[in-house]
Formats: sequence, structure tokens, C-alpha cells
Amino acid sequence: MLFKLGSFFMKPGAKMALLALAIVFPALASNEYQVYVMASAFVWAIAVYGLNIITGYCGQLNLAHGGFFAIGAYTLGLLTSDAGWSFWPAFVAALLVTAVLGFLVGVVSLRLKEHYFAIFTLCVGFIIYLLMDKWEELTHGPVGVRDIAAPYGFGVVDFTETTPFYYLVLAFLVFSIWFMGRLSRSLLGRTFIAIRNGDELAQSLGINLMRNKVLAFVLSTTYAGLAGALYAGMVRFIGPEEANIIHTFDMITYLLVGGIGTLTGPLLGTISIVWITQSLQFLEEYRMILFGPLLVVLVIFFPRGITGQFLTWMHHKAQTLSPAKKEKASKVQTATSGEVKNNA
Amino acid sequence: MLKVEHLTKMFGGLAAVNDVSVDFEAGKINAIIGPNGAGKSTFFNLISGLHQPTSGRILLDGTDVTNMPSDKVARLGVGRTFQTTNLFEQASVLDNLIVGHRLRTKSGLWDVLINSKRLQREEKAARDKAMEALDFVGLTHVAGQFIADITQEERKRVAFALALATDPKIVLLDEPAAGVNPEETQGFAELMRKMVDNGLTVCLIEHKMDMIMSLADKIMVLDHGEKIAEGTPEEVRNNPVVIEAYLGGDEDAAA
Repeated sequence: MLFKLGSFFMKPGAKMALLALAIVFPALASNEYQVYVMASAFVWAIAVYGLNIITGYCGQLNLAHGGFFAIGAYTLGLLTSDAGWSFWPAFVAALLVTAVLGFLVGVVSLRLKEHYFAIFTLCVGFIIYLLMDKWEELTHGPVGVRDIAAPYGFGVVDFTETTPFYYLVLAFLVFSIWFMGRLSRSLLGRTFIAIRNGDELAQSLGINLMRNKVLAFVLSTTYAGLAGALYAGMVRFIGPEEANIIHTFDMITYLLVGGIGTLTGPLLGTISIVWITQSLQFLEEYRMILFGPLLVVLVIFFPRGITGQFLTWMHHKAQTLSPAKKEKASKVQTATSGEVKNNA
Repeated sequence: MLKVEHLTKMFGGLAAVNDVSVDFEAGKINAIIGPNGAGKSTFFNLISGLHQPTSGRILLDGTDVTNMPSDKVARLGVGRTFQTTNLFEQASVLDNLIVGHRLRTKSGLWDVLINSKRLQREEKAARDKAMEALDFVGLTHVAGQFIADITQEERKRVAFALALATDPKIVLLDEPAAGVNPEETQGFAELMRKMVDNGLTVCLIEHKMDMIMSLADKIMVLDHGEKIAEGTPEEVRNNPVVIEAYLGGDEDAAA
């Protein structure tokens, strides 16, 4: 019974149903604020997809991710407010800047391995914060950046309204997930996973570690830059706090809860935690008392998050079901598990 | 096939491999034996490019690969297995093997974005290669199972298959029969025989003497980083220096 319900979620139709739900969401929402919360959850989800590439698939814990999110936001903010650019050119520039900076940071930091890499990127993230806080001539320091342009809709739509902006973010989210799906199934995605399994084994399979790690890193920072730029266009006012390490840890939490190294995980984790956080607003900072232990339990018992656990459960269920059915006809058939995997 | 000349690797003041010269012939099973800490694994790491030697030369079919990074060495046809192999536990055996053929493909980010013909062709080739390797090691029946659910012996075979999927000319096997029972050990010996019969050159590190003596065409003995003997199983078995290294000089005990 549960298995049948589970297999429904793995069918291509489930994706379409989910997308349809996202499209009608503004109509179902009881107020505009809910649409706004959902749009911001989508923005974070895009950033978490980026983190999933370098940390989930490629296995390198990047703690500067929030910093690159802030760089994307600041690039867009400063170009539209101080330099007077309009939104879309500044938007493209934000992607390019985060990609190029991602490349430069990646080339240096990825020479380090495992926790040394994590500590190094933690420092990079803090330096990014300090630059935004202290380099007042460029960033206005703690005052932040005001008067950020909203995306213009070429006379067709007005993106200063919440609902059109929601659809804009949704479109970028769909593209982000679509690309992730393609990447994760491709030889390139498999290459990243091989690196996660171990540097030495990957090298012995003829994989150039540095080139592939840098590529994964640049992809992830570009995702962060995309999310940051959308964020700046949505809130229209940003400050150095966007680069706070807290945001990086929030994103790691979303990723762990949803399922690290899975395709659905970032979306599931981000949306559920953002809404749980919203509904626990009255607890203020004390909600961490709830989240902390929850996260510990999750990491111990479900290291690959909700999605990972679900996929493993489905796989085993399919394996126990398929021989039972086919036992009379013939032995050893694992075709069903193959199908389940392909749809996942 | 693989020619090693005066190879030395120093770790600080310690010579892990000291002036070792050896010639591994094509189409043969070459074994490296020696007590623990003799430098056998380091020797493999030097050949496969994971470590750079302090001095000496390594020639693969006449090509100097001495200071080549390991991914390039792999592309030239050196496959290897490790004592332990970390794989993606919650993915199927087949899924874990597909990446083995990655080094023979060229698709990059752009191919992924547009889902190019080349990518589709290469992914099919990689999948076919993985199935072929799986068939070679006799694991077709577990292709769809998760790595986490297969036995220790099957894991070892998967590691073999992964090395084979890279289309190697020579395979370096680091203790392929460690931790498996005698019956399974026999299975691995047959598998190595089969590899040689299919035109591969095999080079292995092993502690199981019964297996080595009946399987290897040639044995090199390392002790404290130095080559102390080399020859056929018969020669090595009767070499007093080898007996001393293993048994501390009591020749009668070896007989």
C-alpha cells in the first residue's frame, strides 16, 4: 500500500502534479504574505541546489556558500543602485561575477582536502562578510544597499508585485532543478560522485580531480549567485548580514533534512523547514531547541535525509516484492529495482 | 610491458621503496610479496602515479610515466584496485560501475546542458562497458542491487569490474583475496587467470602463499623497501634470503 503510494511519487506525472500545485499556489494562499514566504523559500532552494552540487554530489563541504549568495545579491544591488544599471544586465553580471570569483576561490581552496577545505571556506565566507561590512566606499558598510531595481517585465508584467515575482522565481527554480536532474544522471554527475567516494579511487579511474572539483565549485557558486540576485530583486534592500555564516548553516540544514546528494532533497528540505520556521515564529530563537535535537537524530538515523531514506526504502521494497512475484516463473530477476532507480 | 628502474621513494629519512628495478612481462601474472611494511602498496602507488618517486624511472610500454599524475597514468592503461574500495552504498552496482569508463569519454558541461548526441552515445558506451565488466567478473545477477546489500566477496569483484571498465592494459591488484574464505580465494585466482587469458597483464600484492605459488608466473619479494629476490614460484620458494625474511632464518621450518 505504502509502496504503491511511494511509486506514484517516482512517476514523471508526480513532477507535473507538483509543478501544477506550485502554479496554482498563489490562488490557494490565504494572503499575499504566504506567497512571499513561498517565493523566498524557492530562492533559498535554488541556493541549496548549488550547495548540493559541490557538497552533496562532489563531497566537498563548502562553508562559503552563503558568502557567494551575498556576492550575487551585492553585485546586483550595487550595479542597479549605485551604477544605475537596469535589472537584467546587472542580473547577468551577478551570475558572471559569482562564477569568476567561484573559479578563483575554487582553484585555491580545492587544493585542500576534507575538513581543511571546510575550514578554509569558512574563512573565505567570513572575509566576504568583512568586506561587505567594512569596505564602506564600495558596499556602504553596515548601512547596506538601498534602492535596488526590481526586474522589469518588458511592459508585460510588473515584478514589483509579489505574485508575478513568485512566478519569476518559480521559473528559475524549475530551470535549476531541471539542469540538476540532467547533471546528476549524466557522466559528469557520476564523475562528481566518484570524487565523493574518494580522491584516490577517482584518480585511479582517470578522473582529473582539480578540473572536476573546480567545475562543481563554479556551478555551485553560480547557483548561489543566481539565488542571491533574485533575493536582492525581491527584498530590494540588503546588508552585510546576507553574508552571515548563519545562512550557510541554514542551507546545510535544509540539505541534510531534505536529503544530501539527492535531486528532490534540496526542494523538500528548504520548503518544509522554511514553513516550519514560519509557523514556529512565536518561539523566536527557542525554536532551535526543537531543531537541534531533530537534526542530530536525523543525521544519525537518516544520513541521506528524507529523500535518501525514501529511495532506499523503495528500493528494498521493490526487491522483496519482485522475487516473490517471479519466484514461480524463474529465479534472480532484479528488473524492478532497475526501473525504480531510473525514475528516481 | 612495465619496466621499473632504480625506483626509490623516501618518506622523510625513511626509504619506503629503495632502488627497486623490475620488469613485468605482458600477459603474465606478476606477484609482489613481502612482510608487512615492506613497501608493496607504496610501490603500487608509485606506479599508478598517486605518489611521485624520489628517484628512478617507470616505463609503460616504452613511455616514461615517472612523474605523471595518476589520472593520466590511468588513461594510458593502468587500472588498479585498493585494499578497501569506497563506493556509493545506496546506489546500484551497475550505477557505481558506469563511471569506470569515464576516462574514455569527452562529454563536458555543455553536452549535459544540450543533452548532445555525443553525451548520449558516450553514456550508452559507458553503460555497456559496465555491463561487460560485470559479466566478466560474474556479477550480472546483482547489477540492480545496492552496494550496501551485496557480500564482501561481491564487493571485491565489483572493485575488479571498476578497474576493468577503464579498459586497462595492466591491472594492479592490492590484496585481492584478503578477507575472503579459501573457496572464494580460488574464485579470485580463476578470475585473474581469466584476465590474463583475455590479454591483460596482472600485477598483484598478496599474502596468501598457497594462492601465489600456484598462480603467479613471476614473483618479486620486497623487504624493508628493497627487492631481495625475484623469479618463478619455485625459485623464490627455495631462496634462502626469502626464507630468512619470512621466518627469521630458520630454513628447516620452511621446508
